[in-house]
Amino acid sequence: MMMTTNSTNSNHDPLLTELAGLTAAPPAGLLDRVVARWVRVPGPIGDLSVAFTDQGIAYVRLDDADSADSADSGAPTGFADPSAPTGFADDFRRRFARPLLPADRPPAGLVPALRSGKTNDLKFDLRGLTAFQTDVLRAARTIPKGQIRPYAWIAEQIGRPKAVRAVGSALAHNPVPVLIPCHRVTRSDGAVGEYVFGSSAKERLLRAENVDLDEIRSLAGRHVFYIGSDTTGVVCFPTCHNARRITPGHRHGFRTLTEAERAGYRPCRSCRPGVPRPA
Amino acid sequence: MTMRQNKGQAGSAALPAPMDDAPMDDAAMDDAAGEDAAMDDAAGDSAASAASTPATDSVVRALRDDLDTGFAELFSAYQGLMFTAALRLCGRWADAEDLTAEAFLRAYRALCGYEPDRIAELRPRAWLIKILMNVWRNSRRTDARKPPPAPLDDAPDPVDPREGVEATAVRRETGGELAELLSRLPDDQRTAVVLRHVVDLPIADIAAVLDMPQGTVKSNISRGLRRLRTLSAPAATAAPAATATDTAPTSTSNATHASTGGAR
Repeated sequence: MMMTTNSTNSNHDPLLTELAGLTAAPPAGLLDRVVARWVRVPGPIGDLSVAFTDQGIAYVRLDDADSADSADSGAPTGFADPSAPTGFADDFRRRFARPLLPADRPPAGLVPALRSGKTNDLKFDLRGLTAFQTDVLRAARTIPKGQIRPYAWIAEQIGRPKAVRAVGSALAHNPVPVLIPCHRVTRSDGAVGEYVFGSSAKERLLRAENVDLDEIRSLAGRHVFYIGSDTTGVVCFPTCHNARRITPGHRHGFRTLTEAERAGYRPCRSCRPGVPRPA
Repeated sequence: MTMRQNKGQAGSAALPAPMDDAPMDDAAMDDAAGEDAAMDDAAGDSAASAASTPATDSVVRALRDDLDTGFAELFSAYQGLMFTAALRLCGRWADAEDLTAEAFLRAYRALCGYEPDRIAELRPRAWLIKILMNVWRNSRRTDARKPPPAPLDDAPDPVDPREGVEATAVRRETGGELAELLSRLPDDQRTAVVLRHVVDLPIADIAAVLDMPQGTVKSNISRGLRRLRTLSAPAATAAPAATATDTAPTSTSNATHASTGGAR
């Protein structure tokens, strides 16, 4: 290598030769501390482009959304891999200022997590987010597959009950949608609300998880936002697994939690309506 | 690739310092590139070739074609050099990893803002070393505000955790002693000696990288080498220059061992 090419007159000096020999082989994984890798994996509503670093998954985009975006964004000739969505690569670079190279294989556990919908064991690289954003995403991660929560619930869980709008914008900037399920946070009036990939994608994602949006909407139309069981005396969000197994004869709808509590119901410990997360 | 499509009039920045408060003097670098054969006959050959070796050209061309794949080539071509320099400068394996990774990341971020002409004029070796030196200096500046975990001398040649025991033993026997002696040099001398004789950077480039006159660099190198010879003389490695100082080798060795704890 070039570091050993000391010039002619220094070859006779053992000290200089020894100095030139003080090379050290860099550790094997050094490149991956600098660059991010990207990979395309099948997702619940189409292929996902996923970028990850040595810390974890950093950035996720839906391929459909990208192809629509990048159609007019200029010549996509530069990128090495012809199948790499240029919009994705450019967005990633703008957001993270890191080189992005193709990966040999997806990060550990990603494909099974997408197949099963259980993304709790995935590692994420959320450096660069604020503490508030991280809190919001951490709370959103706890929503199980097939269930939805209102924005205000996240605000309560993170101990900032008035920051409902801020929760909305923090979720809108979720760098890893689908994997951190911000699509499971919806408006309480029954509409699914905004989404990174558009609200129709949000609705498709929720329907793919068997969320009965039609029922949610009809409940919301009747101002029912909580479901209680008169056999257990527990009140839940309508999509909570405890609420769904209540037989029709024992189901009672409530507009507010106070109304339910006044009727003698206590909040469910699984879906935690109105209860801050235990510290 | 919109960020690299704006064809502005590139300034003649041969060796730009991307993020530092002490930008490199372009004129000085241009002069240096032309003069170094005359200035320093030991460094002349490598300096002239460093600017236009096929390897350098291909890296720069790859960077111009595609920033990210070009960066991967840049990394694989220079990671050994950068890591060696970082390890010999800071003396700790983990710190050297951090420094190298940080320097390459900063290099990439700087490249994102460069116009194609500026990338074409890039001389990656000196440019990367300059970034490494800045990162190192900044990290020491921040570290200086915290109490250091251990003095530099305590861990002069730390072991790569992935390295085999045998390899470690061999390396310890060959490079270990010298690396340890190197860590006892004053910062100025160690930096100059490492850049010149370990990294094999020409004097002119070192002067530009360190923002020092070439004469200062040369005197730091020769003082550093003289001190290394003095320090290694008791070890009797038959350095020719040791003859001048072996009038009192035992006293030197005593002084050396006595000062191991506190010397920098």
